[in-house]
Amino acid sequence: MLEQLRDFSKLVPSISSIRRLTPLARREMVWGVGFLSPWIIGFLAFTFLPIIFTFIFTFMNLNITDGLLSMLSPSKYVGFDNYATYFKDPQIWSSATTPGSWLITIRFGLIALPIGIFLPLGLALLLNNKHLKGQSIFRSLFYMPFIVPFVAAIFIWGGMLNSETGWINRALVWLGVPKANTPLWANDVHWVYPTYVIMGLWGIGNAILIMLAGLQSIPTELYDAAKVDGANGLGTFWNVTRPMISPVIFYNLVLGVVGLFQYFLFPLVVNNGNGNPAGATMFYNLYLYKTFFTYQNMSYGATMAWGLFVVILIVTILLFATAKYWVYYAGETRS
Amino acid sequence: MSAETTHSQPQNIGSITPEKAGRREAASPVSARTIHRLRNAVSATLVTGLTMGLVALFLSPFLFMIFTSLKTQGQMSLLGAPIWPAAQVEIEYAGKKIGVYTVPLGKCEGFDPGDASMRNLGLVKKGRQSSTFIDPNNLQGGEILCNVSWRALDRPWTFSPTWSNYAEVVKAINYPRLLWNTFFYALMSNLGTLLSCTLVAYGFSRFRFPGRDLMFMILISTVFLPFAVTIIPTYFFFQKIGWVGTWLPLIVPTFFTNAYDVFLLRQYFMTLPRELDEAAIVDGASPLRVLWSVILPQSFPVLVAVTVFHIVYAWNDYFGPLIYLSAHRELWPISVALPLFNGIYGSRPELIQAGSMLTLLLPLLLFLLAQRFFVQGIVITGVEK
Repeated sequence: MLEQLRDFSKLVPSISSIRRLTPLARREMVWGVGFLSPWIIGFLAFTFLPIIFTFIFTFMNLNITDGLLSMLSPSKYVGFDNYATYFKDPQIWSSATTPGSWLITIRFGLIALPIGIFLPLGLALLLNNKHLKGQSIFRSLFYMPFIVPFVAAIFIWGGMLNSETGWINRALVWLGVPKANTPLWANDVHWVYPTYVIMGLWGIGNAILIMLAGLQSIPTELYDAAKVDGANGLGTFWNVTRPMISPVIFYNLVLGVVGLFQYFLFPLVVNNGNGNPAGATMFYNLYLYKTFFTYQNMSYGATMAWGLFVVILIVTILLFATAKYWVYYAGETRS
Repeated sequence: MSAETTHSQPQNIGSITPEKAGRREAASPVSARTIHRLRNAVSATLVTGLTMGLVALFLSPFLFMIFTSLKTQGQMSLLGAPIWPAAQVEIEYAGKKIGVYTVPLGKCEGFDPGDASMRNLGLVKKGRQSSTFIDPNNLQGGEILCNVSWRALDRPWTFSPTWSNYAEVVKAINYPRLLWNTFFYALMSNLGTLLSCTLVAYGFSRFRFPGRDLMFMILISTVFLPFAVTIIPTYFFFQKIGWVGTWLPLIVPTFFTNAYDVFLLRQYFMTLPRELDEAAIVDGASPLRVLWSVILPQSFPVLVAVTVFHIVYAWNDYFGPLIYLSAHRELWPISVALPLFNGIYGSRPELIQAGSMLTLLLPLLLFLLAQRFFVQGIVITGVEK
């Protein structure tokens, strides 16, 4: 899917290229644009214009109770006040006592992202093992929890992780961990991120399927050739499997990073969105959600949204820039 | 599993003629082929066993949910209670229900003091020094006096699912109403998605014109756009025109496509041969006619994939209904209602797990019915370019 995003500049049409169209080609264009119109209208109405308005809101002092026409009133415009507040906000940039929302998001990402990439990859490799019997059954079983609505998954795992009656702490006690040392999970500041990761495990089925399909699409000739050249298992993995599935890993990495910066539903449902324990779960997007929805401060929420947008844009561009060093697209010659 | 592996082994035997095999065996008592086969069987057993173990761990919360949802209110917090839904055994004696306890027979009158065996007996009279029991299998045998404190005795458990938990939850959350709301949302938004995404994907896959590929690129890049950067003005605007508190903000935008499903449909349409379209065009069919009579009849699998994805998506959607319907409880889908239920019934784990079961039941059934389409659809979005 991501390969579509390269060579952006070559695709912008010139006006003369449209003028030069033959009547038949022009007819084709009319039909084509006609079929695309639901997307064009939707893109303008629900994506393009809202982005512009989000930007305008950042220079305003707009509340949910203000009317539409207040957009036109000069007294609602406050210049860069929201940005001044934003860059001094201790909830965003950490204070002496509590971690900031950016820091929280990144700390969690350092745990969740590697697990979110390598665990599905490991399981996909296991499912792709030639000695495995009943691959398609296992594939379905690993995928199955993905379709469980996440609120149900949270309550099921919440029960599993209950510090008194949950199976996980019971298993820990059975394995010899003293009862007093078993974790409090979502209520313990040191265990709350692992708790979210565990609760999120039921979502890895999608990544497993994608990675497994990536592994299966590797031509077997490549493995035969490596075998002939005397490569061992590890060498084959590093020189054949790794480059061949790098586009799939890249796809999951980009979606994972974009998802990480928008992470907030788990803290919202598991810890009621109040940032507990000890302010450790006031993720950036959760703070944004509370600002705009709970406190109904449209303008400050919009400012935070632009901050988020800019960061995601930069990180995505950086990821795409690194891609040429480690992502291998078959059929492409590298200079 | 190991039975399966041994079954699959003897395939090659037929290809060896008895004579050949005999010569081999003469050379070495265990032939290379046997060693190879044995090694494969061991590998298969190890790999398959490991995978089974991981799957069991991965899916164990389902068992936890089912077990817990069938327990009585008290069992969860009772010390020494089994993990499966169980009840303490009771018997009917002299017109009363009495509990059954596990009694060491050596402490009872009429039994050998050296008797170390235990027996499950009904407790007739409680006492701190000695208690009176009755044998459930021999009620006519008379009461037995034992020198034990009844409090020190264990009680046997018997499998006993409490199905009424489900009835209680169905009533408490008004399950039929929630199901209807969720269904309505899934169906209407699926209608919008199918209609709009099919048209747009057809436009992207079958018409050539300047700017098309640029637009496709913009479409794909919206996948990475954080929703926060569009939601605030959208919400503000919907609130001003009075749509907040109705289904409209959730359903109307689905009639204007989403990037994932357009991509999925476009990839599929691109694989269909153009010869059929061209033949229809030569016969004078309009582009809409080609879509309806040529493309769509060949696209059944991908249309089903989009539909099942979308229904699962709608079932899972929490944020949209939360912000647009928060003050209108009568419109809530099940995903929004469940956390509230969880907040109210926090001390009733058996009801919460029953509620979770009721929430995931329909998507799970859909998955079991339409597995094949799921897998195809995911593979298209994830692996194809």
